[in-house]
Parts: sequence; structure tokens; C-alpha cells
Amino acid sequence: MALGSSVGVIGYGGYVPRFRIDAAEVDRVWKGPGMRPNGRVFKAVSGPDEDTITIAIQAARNAMKMAEIDPADIGAVWFGTESKPYAVKPTSTFVADAIGALPFSAAADWEFACKPGTEAMRAAAAMVGSGMSRYAMCGGADTAQSRPGDALEYHAGAGGAAFIMGPADESLAVLLGSTTYATNTPDFFRREGRSYPSHGQRFTGQPAYFHHIESAVARLFDELKVGPEDFTYAIFHQPNYQFPLRVGKALGFRKEQIEPFILTNMVGNTYSGALLLSFAYALDKVAPGDRILLASYGSGAGSDAASFLVTDRLAEVRSRGVPVQYYIDQGTPIDYAFYARYTQKIKLT
Amino acid sequence: MDIARLWRQQPSNIRLLGSRCRSCGVLTFPERVRCAECCSSELQAYQFKGDGELLVATTVYEAPRGFVDQVPYVAGLVRLVEGPIVAAMITDIEPDKVAVGMRVEMVTRRICSSGADDPIVYGYKFRPVAHHD
Ligand SMILES: [Zn+2]
Repeated sequence: MALGSSVGVIGYGGYVPRFRIDAAEVDRVWKGPGMRPNGRVFKAVSGPDEDTITIAIQAARNAMKMAEIDPADIGAVWFGTESKPYAVKPTSTFVADAIGALPFSAAADWEFACKPGTEAMRAAAAMVGSGMSRYAMCGGADTAQSRPGDALEYHAGAGGAAFIMGPADESLAVLLGSTTYATNTPDFFRREGRSYPSHGQRFTGQPAYFHHIESAVARLFDELKVGPEDFTYAIFHQPNYQFPLRVGKALGFRKEQIEPFILTNMVGNTYSGALLLSFAYALDKVAPGDRILLASYGSGAGSDAASFLVTDRLAEVRSRGVPVQYYIDQGTPIDYAFYARYTQKIKLT
Repeated sequence: MDIARLWRQQPSNIRLLGSRCRSCGVLTFPERVRCAECCSSELQAYQFKGDGELLVATTVYEAPRGFVDQVPYVAGLVRLVEGPIVAAMITDIEPDKVAVGMRVEMVTRRICSSGADDPIVYGYKFRPVAHHD
């Protein structure tokens, strides 16, 4: 799907809650110290007054600071999440209200495990590209759920990011094209009323994450007549540190194109927030002329791939926002007891 | 929490919307229907920026119902750069690091909830200003 490069990102913002738990601390409680083989991992944990709505609002406000646009010109506010504080009642109406985009703005929540943010981004781009609205906001945020003691618990973090799509001539990064690839794959799910997701263990690898990302990116390469050498950086969904490096290698990317923007070891896997948060972190650091490949992954299952070209405008507007690095640096360590309390694993009522 | 009251207070709670008097120019927070200075009813909505200074603070250990999951937390008075003084909770900081005179900025957070069948109350809190280069 090429829009003739008519649409791009005009502002973005990320947010990560300040608490961190060391994966070694998760091990201490469940498996015994030193049981975990791969590198150090810290994951972000939302505080007692935070949830997906507050995370999304902060990311959206940071994006608005950078964009400096009239919120009334935003025709849609679409956030993706799998940890809605309200099962029924949109998260996105809170976000749209907070930035002043209501009442003439679409505002719905998107769900596709970890990838609704890029699904919303494609729709937002289509909305702007078709002329239905001048700007559209999309984003992803989660307080990622994981069963105590489960393998997911090492990485399931908290955070999110927001992007404002608008006309290419106002853009800090122009969308050159995007593709999607989806199948009906039961690799990971959470049933209604359950607190924690279930997953197919090793089934979540090859037939799920790898197959979908490789298929979406291969199609993007084909449609845009490009290859891995045409990109400065590639950002893949990051459920852990290794998967993005492995899928990138399979697609022909070098480690140096992928590694700079992997955040999993610093904030964890923020599910719907993960890819977009890494994209925001990358935009904080890249230079005009850089080309960035994005490829999300959502269980269930699907992947969206997109190609962006960074423009000169990035250097002009970037300093108005709050860099993702600021939130990474705010990390405050907590132990498993506080983690259990802040993630409502201890029920008071 | 009464749903009608929650809905009425939402513009102030979530957007920090206050009022500006068309006759005497005074700014008030939260929104009012009549000016506290000159009694005029000619008020217009006024969007506060959310920047301020912490004037006084205390740490709460014995919280009212609906706030218990947040203890210990800091409550204080913040003077907005536009003038009005707002009572609010202070977040993202350990109670022993809180200092009067600190520059703070508004964030939207969960304030309280009276139960799983009631709405979650979201509103303004203040946190140390996000400094960056
Ligand atoms: Zn007056």
C-alpha cells in the first residue's frame, strides 16, 4: 500500500513509568537466583496511580508538545491496547479529551495483541491520505499482563507511545509505504474475564513471530522494490532481546541496523507500546535522510511493515518533545513485593 | 463517586480547564459559573498550562477509602504559573525527596475508585518537571 508519500509523522511522544524490576528478582522468587541465562533485563512497572489510560495520555501530550497543532484539527485518536482499564468504555476518549481533540474526533480502541498500534497507524495514514482529516493520532500502550512465574513475566513491561500522522510537507518522517500480513493463528490469547494471557510456549516463535514478520517485510520489499541495504535502521517488535536480532538476520539485516533501538532489556516488552516506543526512541536519535523499517507483531496473528524516510524537519521539532531516554533514566528499582503490589497481584478487596 | 458530579468535573480534572472572568480578568481553578472576585457571571473557559510551584506538602499514611492502595502518598498545594493555587497529590517522587519550592508539572493519573462497579476517577496530579537537554 503506497500513498505516494503524501503522509507522515508530524509529532510523536513516548512514556515509560518509573518503576523497574530486575528479571533476576523475578528469578529469585520463582526459579532461584542465577537460573536465568540471557543478559540483564529490567522491565518497567506502572505505579499505583498509573494504567494504560494514564500512559496513553502522557505519550499523547508529549506528541502534542512536539507537533504544536490545533487539537481540533485531529480527526481521530486511536490507541491500541490489550490491558484496558475499562473492558467497556474507550481508552481513546480519555486521551482525546486530555489533548482537547473532542468532540469532532473519532476515538476508539484497537486490539490485536501487541500490534494494534501499527494497525491504527495505517488507518490514521489512510484517513489523512484520503483527505478525511488533516491529522490523526495513533498509538499503543499497555501495562503488560503476565502470570506470576510464567516465562512472560521476565519481560512484560509498561509503557506506550503516540504518533500524529499528517501531511507529508509537515512531516518529520514520511511514510513511503506499508504492508500487512495476517493469519488466524492461536499462539497467544487472553480469554474474557481472565487476568493473564496464555501462550503456546515454543509455538510462539517460528510459525508465529518469525513467519508473520518475515512475510510482511518480504512483501514490503517487493512492493517498494527495496532490500535490507536500503534502510539505515530496522525496528522489529521485541518480546525479548534475541527475537528482533534473529528475524532481522533472517531478512538480511546487519546487527548494527537493529541493535541501537532495542529497548526490551531496559523497559521490557510493553506489548502494544513496544514497537512504537522503540520508533519514538529511534526518532529521538536518528538523522535527516535516514530510512527506517518498522515491523510489528501481534499474536493471533499478524505483522505490519512500514518504511519511513526521516526529513530535515525532525531536527527543528524534536527538542520540543520529551525524549524517551528521559523516562528510561528515571528508572527506580523495586523488589518483587512492590511489583506484586503495584500490578494488583495482591488484592486489597 | 456520583457519576453526574464526575462528568461535571471532568474538564477541570482531566484537562485542567478553569475560568477567566470577562469583567475583571481574574483566573480561577476549577471552573466556576460566577466570578469569586466581582460576582460576574460572564466567565469563559480558560486552559491552564499545568506548570507550577509546590507551596506546601505533607505525606499521607492513613488514607480515606478509595486511596488506600496509594499510601504513602504526598498531598500538597501548588501555585500554577497563572496564579491560582490548587490542592493536589504529588506523584513520581519519594516522599522524602519532596521539597517546597520545587517546580512541578501536571500529569493525569488515577485518583481513586470506590469499587469495581464504580467509575475510576482520573484527574490531575503534579510531578517534578521533566528536565531534559
Ligand atoms: Zn470577575
